Amino acid sequence: MAVKSLAKRKNPLSEPSNQIKLLENKKSELKSFQSSLEEIGLKTLHAVGVEIFQVNVGKMCNQVCKHCHVDAGPDRKEIMTRDTMQLCLKAIEQSNAKTVDLTGGAPEMNPDFRWFVEEIKKLDKHIVVRCNLTIILHNRNYYDLPEFFKKHQIEVVSSLPFYDASRTDAQRGNGVFDKSIKALQMLNGIGYGIEGSGLILNLVYNPSGAFLPAPQEQLERDFKKALKEKFSIEFNSLFNITNLPVSRFLEYLIATQNYETYMQKLIDAFNPAAAVGVMCRNTISVGWDGYLYDCDFNQMLDMKIQNGKVMHLNNFNSEFLDQREIQVGRHCFGCTAGSGSSCGGSVT
Amino acid sequence: MANTYFDPADLRKFGKIGEFQKEYADKFFEYYNSVFKEGALTAREKSLIALAVSHVAQCPYCIDAYTTDLIEKGVSNEEMMEAVHVASAMSAGTKLVTSVQMMNKAKEISM
Repeated sequence: MAVKSLAKRKNPLSEPSNQIKLLENKKSELKSFQSSLEEIGLKTLHAVGVEIFQVNVGKMCNQVCKHCHVDAGPDRKEIMTRDTMQLCLKAIEQSNAKTVDLTGGAPEMNPDFRWFVEEIKKLDKHIVVRCNLTIILHNRNYYDLPEFFKKHQIEVVSSLPFYDASRTDAQRGNGVFDKSIKALQMLNGIGYGIEGSGLILNLVYNPSGAFLPAPQEQLERDFKKALKEKFSIEFNSLFNITNLPVSRFLEYLIATQNYETYMQKLIDAFNPAAAVGVMCRNTISVGWDGYLYDCDFNQMLDMKIQNGKVMHLNNFNSEFLDQREIQVGRHCFGCTAGSGSSCGGSVT
Repeated sequence: MANTYFDPADLRKFGKIGEFQKEYADKFFEYYNSVFKEGALTAREKSLIALAVSHVAQCPYCIDAYTTDLIEKGVSNEEMMEAVHVASAMSAGTKLVTSVQMMNKAKEISM
């Protein structure tokens, strides 16, 4: 298990340009994403509005997960300032977004996280927080997070790669499974995930290795049964998210000589219906420093949205963003494989 | 010609066996895909049976395919190993049961 980020280890893959060089290698026999789009009659992918305003409030995290596409960890200090959050609030008002999706790192570690949530709430937006669960037990500053989430009717979305410790800890670090179970029991204890409470608790399934997720319905059924029987835990829905070959998951694929096979697997599983429904078409992703991207993965590959010049919250243009052309690359095969993958799970 | 009989890359080519005989290949894949759909047995149970059979048949392609399939389906390592033990126990049993014949013969010709 890597205990430090790629950035801290000065691994060449911490540079997005090196990742792109590898992914878009012209000598590679792997098909390009563009050619797959063309085969289904799509020359380009365009946005169809912005319904989800996703904000990455920083790369700081209490965990160092092996597959993290953000390359987050305790050694990452990049976090969004309150000034940038103010710009986000203005942009959210200008956009037609109904949902604000807060992610990180561990978003709760940003010192202005609670202030930001309260300000977004004043705009009457639905808020999703991507909570890694263990943050709730990290130290006393976070013990009241479940109550805070409840007070603001936040939808909690949390990763749990498997319903036992072996595969969860292999991906997310030793002891993460036990802490995650405790945190889920705390959330259940105040009503999260309990039918009729109105408090939504969704789990995210990420494969813990170089393989694709099974159909979401089947996994959700297995997770619900196992978590209920073993730990009396309930939750609303399970979201399948395929691992994209970005940052630390890309490092893992290369180190284990799974890169070519995994990419080919994604390409073979290309699903035209999933391509049409990819999340970047109705999402905008904001980086900790205020730059705008089509999705969180493009953000980590530093593929900034361009409108003559790179787009930042300072020159936010809702009309342009609603119809922008989306930048694509081979990593996009991760979102179009099988039933498709998005921050909200399968797309078909 | 490859310099090994089993090449992992050949697994991806399985779907192309119709190149030499399309009609039978189409019929086979239609049958195969129907069998593995959810039925009285779940798709998960069917894949575990397939993994056990793969070991009895000692088919490296099948072991590769069904191990991946089962991990994707969220089946644990312990469950997969138990399925292989069922296959192994059955294989051993099919040999050992014929020892009765050996015993019978031995008794028949012995004083």
